[in-house]
Formats: sequence, structure tokens, C-alpha cells
Amino acid sequence: MPREIDRVEVQRLMEAGAQVVEVLPPAEFEEEHLPGAISLPLRRIESQARDRLDATKPVIVYCFDSA
Amino acid sequence: MYDYAAGKQDWLAAGLPSEGTLAGLPRAGDVARKDVPTCRLDERMGEVKERVRSGGWEVCVVVNQENVVMGLLRSKELGSDDDAQVEHAMRPGPSTFRPHVPIHEMAEYMSRHDLPRSPVTTSNGRLVGILLRDDAERVTHELHQAMHEHHEGTSDA
Repeated sequence: MPREIDRVEVQRLMEAGAQVVEVLPPAEFEEEHLPGAISLPLRRIESQARDRLDATKPVIVYCFDSA
Repeated sequence: MYDYAAGKQDWLAAGLPSEGTLAGLPRAGDVARKDVPTCRLDERMGEVKERVRSGGWEVCVVVNQENVVMGLLRSKELGSDDDAQVEHAMRPGPSTFRPHVPIHEMAEYMSRHDLPRSPVTTSNGRLVGILLRDDAERVTHELHQAMHEHHEGTSDA
């Protein structure tokens, strides 16, 4: 179960080398995303996460908001 | 694994850097006028009117002590009796927008809903400024022109 974190902790983890993953559709990612984020839409996350993410580094996932 | 539950909206609303085709474009918070007059709920309309009109404004944002938007005094409300209290004269609970909304989206929304102005607030309701539709449309027009000129320049190259 992922642990919920706030913006300050996101920034701290990013500085420490965490991988940031946006799970929104690619078109929304193209328009705007967090610096250095990887696009991994929800429907592809299970099939692609293993290949595209480094298992040794923390992973932060986000979508548009908490709704 | 961590879940940034507040998400992209929270990040952009805080004015933090982003990447992508819309990154760096002007947003509601950039274009909103920060010098809009404000008043408190317990002020008398007479004093407020004088302050608002002497600054050349036709609108005043009613805020509480934490600068949270409580209401709006438009031309109609500014015509209220001088002795009336702001709290009773204002239009309560105006629609507000977040600072990160791209300005072209604001211009389109304000035009479609015939909104001449709208307060821009943080996610916890604090006033950032007031966005005038004329400003939103002007900046959008300038953006389109700049993009068109850039495209022409690129085509000529």
C-alpha cells in the first residue's frame, strides 16, 4: 500500500533521487508534468513498471488531484 | 512506493516548476491584478466606496482577517447605502479560480459564462488578485500572435 505524502516530502524525495511517475493519459502528461516525471498511464502500469522503473530507488506516483 | 495524493493540481497551484508544452505559459495568477481594493465584512459602505472609486476601481473584494475571500462588491453593490455594512451589501461566495489555470482557458471560460472578472485564490481561499476578462483575452491574443509569428518564422527557415 503506497504511503500518502505531501508536496514538501515530494520535493525532499525528488532531491534524494526518487522516481516520479504520472499515471494520467499521455496527452495530459505532454501538456504539463512535474520536472523529470515519467509517464506511466494507469492501464500500462502493471505491464511496464518493471521495465521502466529502477527497483532500487523510491517511486512517487501522482495523478491530477485527490478526487 | 509513495502516493502524492494532492497531485499535479497541488504542485502547479504552489507555483512550482513544471515541464511540457504548457509549462511557462501565463496563468490566471500571473495576469490577475494584485492591487485590487479589499475591505472587511464590518466596514461601512461609505468608506469603502470612497476608497474603491478613488483608486479608479469598480469592484472590491471582501476578505476576512486571513485574507480569505468572503464576497464581492460590484458596481451594483457599490451603489448601496453609505451606512450599510459590507457584510449585508456584498454578493457572497463568488466563483473563484486557482492561480495555475492557463490564461487561455480562463479567457474562454469567462467569455462563455459572460464573467467580466473573477477573484483568483489559493486552494484554501486566500486572495491572490482579481482577473479581468479584458486582461485574460488580451494576454491570450498576444500569445496566439506570438505563436503565429513563431510558426511563420519557423516555416520561412
